[in-house]
Amino acid sequence: MAELSYRDAVIRGISQEMRRDKNVVFLGEDIGAAGGVFKATVGLFEEFGPLRVRDTPISEQAILGAAMGAAMTGLRPIAEIMFSDFIAVCFDYIANEMPKIAYMTNGQVKCPLVIRTGNGAGVRFGAQHSQSVENWTMMIPGLKVVAPSSPVDVIGLMAAAIRDNNPVIFHEHKALYATKGEVPDGEIIDTLGTAKILRAGTDCTILALALMVPRALEAAEILAREHGINAEVVDVRSLVPLDTQTILGSVAKTGRLFTVEENPRLLGWGAEIASIVADEGFWDLDGPIVRITTPHIPLPAADHLEDLALPNAARIVDKIRRVMNG
Amino acid sequence: MSLRSNPVASLNDDIGPNIRLELYRLQVEIRDCEKRAYDLFLQNMIKGTSHLSLGQEAIAAGFGVAMKKGDKSFCTYRGHAHTLARGVPMEAMLGELMLRDIGLMRGKGGSMHLTSVEHGVMGSYAIIGAHLPIACGSAWRAQYLGEKDVSVCFFGDGTTNIGAFHEALNFAVIWKLPVVFVCENNLYMEYTLNADVTAVPSPAGDRASAYGLPKIVIDGNDADVVYRTAMAAIEKARNGEGPSLIECLTYRHSGHSRADPGKYRPPGELERWLEKDPLKIYKQRLAEFNVDAAQVAAIEVESKRKVEVATELCKASPSAPVELLTADVYADGGWAWRN
Repeated sequence: MAELSYRDAVIRGISQEMRRDKNVVFLGEDIGAAGGVFKATVGLFEEFGPLRVRDTPISEQAILGAAMGAAMTGLRPIAEIMFSDFIAVCFDYIANEMPKIAYMTNGQVKCPLVIRTGNGAGVRFGAQHSQSVENWTMMIPGLKVVAPSSPVDVIGLMAAAIRDNNPVIFHEHKALYATKGEVPDGEIIDTLGTAKILRAGTDCTILALALMVPRALEAAEILAREHGINAEVVDVRSLVPLDTQTILGSVAKTGRLFTVEENPRLLGWGAEIASIVADEGFWDLDGPIVRITTPHIPLPAADHLEDLALPNAARIVDKIRRVMNG
Repeated sequence: MSLRSNPVASLNDDIGPNIRLELYRLQVEIRDCEKRAYDLFLQNMIKGTSHLSLGQEAIAAGFGVAMKKGDKSFCTYRGHAHTLARGVPMEAMLGELMLRDIGLMRGKGGSMHLTSVEHGVMGSYAIIGAHLPIACGSAWRAQYLGEKDVSVCFFGDGTTNIGAFHEALNFAVIWKLPVVFVCENNLYMEYTLNADVTAVPSPAGDRASAYGLPKIVIDGNDADVVYRTAMAAIEKARNGEGPSLIECLTYRHSGHSRADPGKYRPPGELERWLEKDPLKIYKQRLAEFNVDAAQVAAIEVESKRKVEVATELCKASPSAPVELLTADVYADGGWAWRN
């Protein structure tokens, strides 16, 4: 057991899998000799060499297209899209190519690859380098989508994503890279499609993802300490596949559901979960499902404005307290 | 073989009668199969859309013969010809156009996504330019694993104006990938004259120098020329000497797709190109080289027979079972997105 940063967990997850399987290769902009713009790939180039850790030009379509062609013919590539906002530049591969090739070819072709991308706000990069775009990827049949919140989950889900035979979008949160957590020694392998109950509670369920997880946990402590509300906090972790059983089970226990989402309001991941719970857990609910999200705006660069936009512990506490106290 | 009776032709013959007959066979079979596809459309036996290669057969044949087993083809939605040229049976190709169970993908992909991994046809892509980077990835795999296959990527003249074309060429050159890019310049990007919307006269050839590649523009209606060029480019790639970009001048005899009668073409243009019909050119070539006329005739008869047999097999084939609707969304064969 050792304390590891989220950033170093990315490196450990990738290197664990590259040591295990020579078919795992890695490509992206500045990932090699430079060690990544977030320093989340430091040392990989030195350990695995320039043929397995390949620096590319600023060519997002070529990065994802090449990853796909390599995956279709036998490799297990990891492709980095530096900022998740840049997914829009190469969305054809994410929307039209990778997720449909198995289906269109009647299963003749598989596409086992991972797209790592720096997602989310909190680092004052403004509207084109700060978005939470997990819902852009969640809406496409044929993709898997994960967004870990802790170092140990980064390693385990990275390993699971690399070993999976489908295209997996791996959203790393930029504002979490410096955060730390306890990580066991040895190989770590997790399971895609599993949510984690991080704090057991009885009065309400709070679902959160990535950066919103530590904020939801902080809010839960305040709710318990200051307002007598015992919240259960569930880290969704994997949007596709979605662990609806853990979510529905938690709602069955608490009777109340709140989602905490960094994405802008419309069609955020919580909307889909709210719909599932309304369909299948309605009679367990003691009150309306409430979504706590970033408002439906682009993100500002100014620190006080960005802070105002994202859900934080105070806002989560305030919303839940007022809703729960009717 | 009757070549002995024509000493001059045999002296200059680097291709030989066997390969020539194979080049002719592929062109004839593609032509007959495409004409049958057109007829089946008119009979409403083929639904959706379709993009025929009538008039462009020499390119598919030239590359099809030059490629070895294990080499990979990456095609566009105008991919019937390239699929047949790798040895895919007619009934599997036509059956997919007819969306029957006998089709290559049992009707799940349709005419624009023909794929046969066992024949090296790694897919037909219907988003312009998408498959150029994908072909780079396949070539990267070969380079990384030390495998000797070459990836060949076919696309139209319109593709040269989309970003993925330029990203892929740069990528292929800097990584020295074993990939061959083949531009089929049939003059029109869908309904628009490509020259009207492109900065340079040769849409692929004039871009080559930007990536440090030689300009290669060839007569795409002469299967011998295509075959020789393909052999050279594929050998270069296989020897680790990097990619090539080849522009093949050709003309499609029909419209862009099923819905297009091609009315934008100036009067007389089609007629002029019909004079340069690749099958006409090639039949004449075979005669010049004194290739056995009986074998030539036999190829034509056999092609017609194969098309008839394939058509009947397709007509007799049922639709695929409805279970396919949700099959193969994910690699485990299923479609589950939740528990």
